[in-house]
Amino acid sequence: MLGKLTWSAIPFDQPIPLVTGAVVLVVILAVLVWIVLAGHLPYLWREWITSVDHKRIGVMYTLLACVMLLRGFSDAIMMRAQQALAFHSNGFLPPEHYNQIFSAHGTIMIFFVAMPFVIGLMNLVVPLQLGVRDVAFPTLNSVGFWLTATGALLVNISLVVGEFARTGWLPYPPLSELTYSPGVGVDYYLWSLEISGVGTLVAGINLVTTVLKIRTRGMSYMRMPIFCWTTLASNLLIIAAFPILTATLAMLILDRYLGFHFFTNTGGGNVMMFMNLIWAWGHPEVYILVLPAFGIFSEVISTFSGKPLFGYRSMVLATMAICVISFMVWLHHFFTMGAGPNVNAIFGIASMIIAVPTGVKIYNWLFTMFAGRIRFTTPMMWSIGFMVTFIIGGLTGVLVAVPPADFLLHNSLFLVAHFHNVIIGGVLFGAFAGYTYWFPKAFGFRLHEGWGIASFWFWLIGFYVAFFPLYAVGFLGMTRRMQHYDVAEWKPWLDLASVGAGLVLAGIICQIMQLVVSIRRREELRDVTGDPWDGRSLEWATASPPPVFNFAFMPHVTSEDPYWAMKRRAQVEGDAKEPDYQPIEMPRNSPTGFVCAFFASVTGFALIWHIWWMAIVALIGAYATFVVFAWRDHDEYEIPAEEVARLDRANREARRELVTAAGSV
Amino acid sequence: MSIAVAHGHDATLIGLDAEHPGPASKRIVAGYGFWIFILSDMVMFSCFFAAYAVLLGETNGGPSGAELFNLKNVAVETACLLLSSFACGMASIAAEVRNHLWFQIAMAVTCVLGLAFLTIEFREFADLVARGAGPSRSAFLSAFFTLVGCHGLHVSGGILWLLTMMAQVFAKGFRADILRRFLCFALFWHALDIIWVAVFSVVYLLGSAV
Repeated sequence: MLGKLTWSAIPFDQPIPLVTGAVVLVVILAVLVWIVLAGHLPYLWREWITSVDHKRIGVMYTLLACVMLLRGFSDAIMMRAQQALAFHSNGFLPPEHYNQIFSAHGTIMIFFVAMPFVIGLMNLVVPLQLGVRDVAFPTLNSVGFWLTATGALLVNISLVVGEFARTGWLPYPPLSELTYSPGVGVDYYLWSLEISGVGTLVAGINLVTTVLKIRTRGMSYMRMPIFCWTTLASNLLIIAAFPILTATLAMLILDRYLGFHFFTNTGGGNVMMFMNLIWAWGHPEVYILVLPAFGIFSEVISTFSGKPLFGYRSMVLATMAICVISFMVWLHHFFTMGAGPNVNAIFGIASMIIAVPTGVKIYNWLFTMFAGRIRFTTPMMWSIGFMVTFIIGGLTGVLVAVPPADFLLHNSLFLVAHFHNVIIGGVLFGAFAGYTYWFPKAFGFRLHEGWGIASFWFWLIGFYVAFFPLYAVGFLGMTRRMQHYDVAEWKPWLDLASVGAGLVLAGIICQIMQLVVSIRRREELRDVTGDPWDGRSLEWATASPPPVFNFAFMPHVTSEDPYWAMKRRAQVEGDAKEPDYQPIEMPRNSPTGFVCAFFASVTGFALIWHIWWMAIVALIGAYATFVVFAWRDHDEYEIPAEEVARLDRANREARRELVTAAGSV
Repeated sequence: MSIAVAHGHDATLIGLDAEHPGPASKRIVAGYGFWIFILSDMVMFSCFFAAYAVLLGETNGGPSGAELFNLKNVAVETACLLLSSFACGMASIAAEVRNHLWFQIAMAVTCVLGLAFLTIEFREFADLVARGAGPSRSAFLSAFFTLVGCHGLHVSGGILWLLTMMAQVFAKGFRADILRRFLCFALFWHALDIIWVAVFSVVYLLGSAV
C-alpha cells in the first residue's frame, strides 16, 4: 500500500535531523496557523499563490531562494565545524550523516538558492526593462515557479522522512547506482531535480520568448539594457542545457528503477558517459548562474557611476561569446578521466579562452566607473567586492584549467575554494546587489543602508577567511568531502575557515536585521517617485511598486538608457500634457501552477517511495488540471481607464520634481 | 512611423532598418515559444541518441541490432507516422477554413494512425522482451529501449493532447486561443516525425547494418 515507506523512515535515532525537522515543522505550522487565524489566507491565495503577475512570481522565487539559503548555510556551518573538530576524532557528525550534509548543501545552494534567486530577479525586472506589461506566458510562469518550489519541498522532506543522497551534489555512478546506494536518498535527489528542472525549463522558454518577442516600441536589440541581454543568454543556455540534465537523470532513474545498464559496472554500462553528460549540462549551468549576475553588476555600476555603460556592444558580444563557448569546456571537470593529452589540451585551451570575454567585462565595468560620479551604496559595494573577488576566483580557475596542474588539484579543497570563490563572489554577490538594487522597485521602500554595508563587509571578509585557507589545505593535499583526518598541518587552516563561516553568519544576521529594520522604518525609506537611484532603464520609469499593468502607456524607446533620455527630454521640454488613458487587459490569476505543483509533489513523493498507485492518481490529477485550465473561457480581465488614470496620475505627480533634478545627484 | 534615433547608428546595427514595432501578436508568441520548447525537446533526444551511439556495441554477449530489428515492421511504423502527419496537415487546413467536419475527420485519422504506430511499437517491444532481449539484458538494449520508448511516450502524450483538442474544438469551436493551441499541437506532431526519421535512420537502418 505505501511502497517502501514505513515508520523506520523517520530517523528517531538521529537527534540532529529529527530536532531540526521538528523545529522547522513547528515553525511552518505556527506560520500557517497565524496566517489562517489572522485571516490572511484569502489575501495570500488571491494575490500571491494564484498570481500570474511576473513581479509577484519574481518576489516568490527570491523568497524561496532566501529561505533555502538559510537551510544551505546551516549545512555549510555544520561542515566547517565538523572539519574543525574532526582531527584525530570523529567530530560530531557520523559519516553517513556528514555525506548527506555535503550533498544537500551543494544541491540546495545551486538548484534552490542560486537558480531561484537569479530567475526571480529576471522575472521581476526584465519585463519592466523591456517596457512591457507581462512575460510571454504568465500562467506558465506560475507553473514554473511552483514546480521549483516542489523540488525544494521534496529535498526538505528528505530531512525527516527517509534520507538524502550521500553521493555529492552530482550523483556520480556507480556509487549512485542501486547496488551501492540502495536507500531512497538518491531517489529524493533525482525526482526533486527532475521536477524542478521542468520548472526551470519552463522559466527559460518563457524568458527567451519574452526578450525576443515582447519588447516595447523602439526597443531594438541594441537598445536593450545589458541585464536583458544576459537574461537572454542565460535562458538560451537553460533551454539548451537543462534537457541534458533531465535526460541524464532519467537514465540514472531507469538504471535504479528498472534495471537498465546506462551507467552500471555490469551489462556494458559506461560510467564515464554520466560524467560527460552531467557536465555538458553542469558547465553551462555555471554560466546560467553567473551571466545574470554580470547583467546586474552592469546595471548597478552604470547607475551608481552616473554614466552609460562603457563598451555596451563589446559587453553584448562578450555575453554571447560566453553563451556559446560555455558549451565547449565541460571536459575540464574531469581531465583525470584519461581522454589523452590532445583532448585535454583542447578543453584546457577552450577553458582559458572563455576567460577572455569575462576579462573584457571587467575592463568595461572599470571604465564605466572611471571619471564617473560614484555613489558607494550597498549594491555598488557588492559590485566592487565582486570585481576583486571574482578576478581571484577566475585566476585560480585558469590555473585548474591547465591539465597538468589539474591532475594535482583535482578533487582537492583547492577546487572547492575555487568554485566557491566564483559562485559566492560572482553569483551570490550579484544576487545580493540585485536584491538591494531592485528591492525598492518591488516593495516601494529602500533597504536600510547601514545594515546593508555591515552585511557586505561581514560577507566579504568572512568569505576570504573561510575559503582562502581552503586553497592552502588544497595545496597541502587535502581532498574534498573528508569526514575526519589526521594531518596536523591542516588543522589550523580548517579552524580559520570555521571562523570565516562564523563571519558569514554575522553577515547573514545583518541581512535579516536589514530586512526587519527596513520594514519597521518603511515610511522614512519610502520611494515615492519610483526612481530612488536616479536610474537609467525603464523599470525606474514607473511607480514603486509598479501597478499590475506596469506602464499606463508602453514607453516609446528612442535610444539606449531610455529612461535617462526621457528625463533629459522632460527637463528640456517641460511637462507633457496628460495622456488619454485607455482601459488595459491583463491576464487573470490562476491556481493552475499551485495545483499542478501539488500533484507533482505527490507524484514525486510516491515515486521515491515506490507507491505506484499514488503516482498514477497524481499524474491523472495533473493532466486534469491542465484540461480544466485549457477549458476556461475568460483568461483576461479589463482594468478600466479611470483606474489606470488614477494610479498613473499619482505617480506622475510624485515624479515631476525628481525629473527636473535628475542627473544632479 | 517616426524614426527618432539618438545615436544615428544603433537602429541599423543588426540589419534592422525599421524601428522595432513593439510586442508580437499572441499567435506569433505562442508559436515561437513552442518552437523553443521543441528545440529543447530535441536537445533531450540528442542525449538519448548520444547514449545510444556510445552503447551501441555494448551488447554484453547478447543480441545486436542486426539480429533483432525487423525492417519490414519498422517500414510500416514509419508509413503510419508519416501519414498521420499528413492527416494532421489536413486538420490544419480544415481549421484554417473553419470546417468542423473535416477537422474532426482529419484529427480522427491522425489519431488512428498514431495508435497504429504505437501498437506496432508496443508489439515489437513485447516481442523483444519475450525473446529475452529486454532493456536490462545489455547496455545497448537499455539505450535502444530508452530512445525509441521516449519517442513512443511523446507520441502517447501527443495522442492525449490530440483527443483533448478534438473535444475542445467540438465544445468551443475555432476560438483564437484554441487555434493557437492547435498550432502548437501541429508543430509537436510534425516534430515527432522529424525525430522518428532520425530514429529510423540511426537506430534501425544503421543498426541493422552492424
